[in-house]
Amino acid sequence: MTVEDLRELAEKELARQAEFKYRILYCSSAGCVSSGCDAVKIELKKTVAELELSKKCEIIGTGCLGLCGEGPLVIVYPDMTLYQHVDAGIARRIIEEHVGQGKKLKENELDLNDPFFATQKKIVLENMGKINAESIEEYIAADGYEALAKALTEMVPEEVIGEIRKAGLRGRGGAGYPTGLKWDIVRKGVSEQKYVVCNADEGDPGAFMDRSVLEGDPHRVLEGMAIAAYAVGANQGYIYVRAEYPLAIDRLRTAIKQAERLGLLGNRILESQFNFRIDIRIGAGAFVCGEETALLRSVMGRRGRPKVRPPYPSEKGLWDKPTVINNVETYANVAPIIRDGSAWFASIGTQKSPGTKVFAIAGNVKRPGLIEVPMGIPLRKIVFDIGGGTPEGTQFKAAQAGGPSGGCIPTEHLDIPVDYESLQTVGAMMGSGGMIVIDNTSNMVEVAKFFSEFCMDESCGKCVPCRVGTKHIHIMLDKIIKGEASESDFELLKELCVMVKETSLCGLGQSAPNGVLSTIRFFEEEYRAKLKKQDGKQSQQESSVIAAKEV
Amino acid sequence: MVKTEPKNHPSGDNRFKLLDRAITKHHANGDALIEILHAAQGIFGFLENDMMIYIANALKLPLSRVYGVATFYHFFRLKPKGEHTFVLCTGTACYVKGANEIQKAVEHQCRCKFGETTQDGKVSLISARCVGSCGLAPVAVLDDSVAGKLTTDEAVKRVKQWQEAIKEEAV
Repeated sequence: MTVEDLRELAEKELARQAEFKYRILYCSSAGCVSSGCDAVKIELKKTVAELELSKKCEIIGTGCLGLCGEGPLVIVYPDMTLYQHVDAGIARRIIEEHVGQGKKLKENELDLNDPFFATQKKIVLENMGKINAESIEEYIAADGYEALAKALTEMVPEEVIGEIRKAGLRGRGGAGYPTGLKWDIVRKGVSEQKYVVCNADEGDPGAFMDRSVLEGDPHRVLEGMAIAAYAVGANQGYIYVRAEYPLAIDRLRTAIKQAERLGLLGNRILESQFNFRIDIRIGAGAFVCGEETALLRSVMGRRGRPKVRPPYPSEKGLWDKPTVINNVETYANVAPIIRDGSAWFASIGTQKSPGTKVFAIAGNVKRPGLIEVPMGIPLRKIVFDIGGGTPEGTQFKAAQAGGPSGGCIPTEHLDIPVDYESLQTVGAMMGSGGMIVIDNTSNMVEVAKFFSEFCMDESCGKCVPCRVGTKHIHIMLDKIIKGEASESDFELLKELCVMVKETSLCGLGQSAPNGVLSTIRFFEEEYRAKLKKQDGKQSQQESSVIAAKEV
Repeated sequence: MVKTEPKNHPSGDNRFKLLDRAITKHHANGDALIEILHAAQGIFGFLENDMMIYIANALKLPLSRVYGVATFYHFFRLKPKGEHTFVLCTGTACYVKGANEIQKAVEHQCRCKFGETTQDGKVSLISARCVGSCGLAPVAVLDDSVAGKLTTDEAVKRVKQWQEAIKEEAV
């Protein structure tokens, strides 16, 4: 396939789509599958067949539409009507009334001007709800693989890296390392063989951004990886996906086959001299494999245990060859940057953290779901404007960002801009994008214990501070919760947390105490209320906490 | 030395042909160990000791490596699963939404802990890290069907239904 063929294919697909008066897209992402979108799909198709409307409208499965708590969701084009809580009955009425008579179903319609949608800015998720998640043609018609074509025909590898550097793209996996810089190191590495790896081992509980991207727009990730491979001179790529994401694995497999069939992956891509293959590696349930050196060992069929860095993977990665390793969302940002230019990308977000960030917002919030916002947006907007705040009768207490490695952000810091540096100032971190809202019905010591248990279970056991330290942090928290801990235990806990943080080998151990430290920092009184008093009586604070709970 | 091309396993178990095919697909390369363990678990349901010895031979790896990898990752099971599985998500969102209450109730109903199978070997309780359906928290996967916004009563009811069905079968 040549670049001309690619454009011809795009036009053919657009013409095909234009033949239908209505395009009905149902969300086929994991969230809506759980809410029963399969029944909706069957009913939509059945009704279309019954009413002989198959020439007039097309039924398509698309990526995550964002409002996972209100699913199954269905969107009708060309008038962009979004329906919530669709069941078989509503599905039938959408065809009969909306398609058949042009009448909208007011009671199930969602307002697209609602702040949930209006506050968002979509780059990574731009194709969600627009294209068929399993069709390469639709992706190409939405300017897909255009960026790869541009890179291969108009740019030398150095220019590609230059664009990414100018755009200021930073790793979306959490650490925020400049992507262009990483690619440049691999480019300069002297080796016949180089690799490109995609980290799709989304282990943070409460995070489902990468999953949604892989399920809804897999080609975007493949295209980003191919551009990275061209830039650094690699010919082999691996996507490391969690085994817990069967649908994402399926969609990726389909996408890779489609791209190979059209000559967009494989040998002589777009008739150029560039060859690139992608293989999938399936994880087997180890949180530590999200750490890059552990992930690479797992790709090679070993136990996922981290290594000392340096050497970094960009110097010695897979089989000791220079390896680019980036997160799903980072790769998903690459194609738009190359296509629309670095200046456009850099104009979004903040100066130090350009672009957008995808968050999975969940927990005690009215509207959980998948969102994409410009960097630097105040946290308050995410929690209240987009998330709709906490359920009736409860109060916001904290937002937990960054999963088990991150920290809690309490009410007094609600106006903090959400970017890499600002979140660090309050002891939280950007993380991969999980955002859990906690209200006043949860006790923060229990929350800290939950995270400590997670880190304890997931410690790989290689280094002592993490293996033994996380266990003892957990035991001490348990003691505090049971009311058996004294003031000196509490001091010891703090000391232990700092020790584990400073002496562990990899990111898991270094960040494992964050959950405890940040809850101590902002909610120390909740810990103190549970400490044993010397005279054995309940402290006033504790009685007031209990009283508040009874109310 | 075990050859990797498909031929009958001495036990006469035809499933080994499928496993051999998976091994051949990866050119009996030790780097593909995790892929092959996935295949083996998919075919046999769990990884028996004999199975790991077989794989170690086929890939020319020390058994310690195979066993080490199989036990390192949560996903691999060394014991058979029950007829029914109750996979409870214990991710943060589900925790905040009360998954631990469901956990206690289900453990009480089954008289075994999560991570175990009931004494009759029929129901396995498994805790998952995060199934990624946080918008529907709390979530459980009951025999491969996802149940979102699950309540404690509903969870216990579903387990009771299984138990009654098992009792009827026994009669």
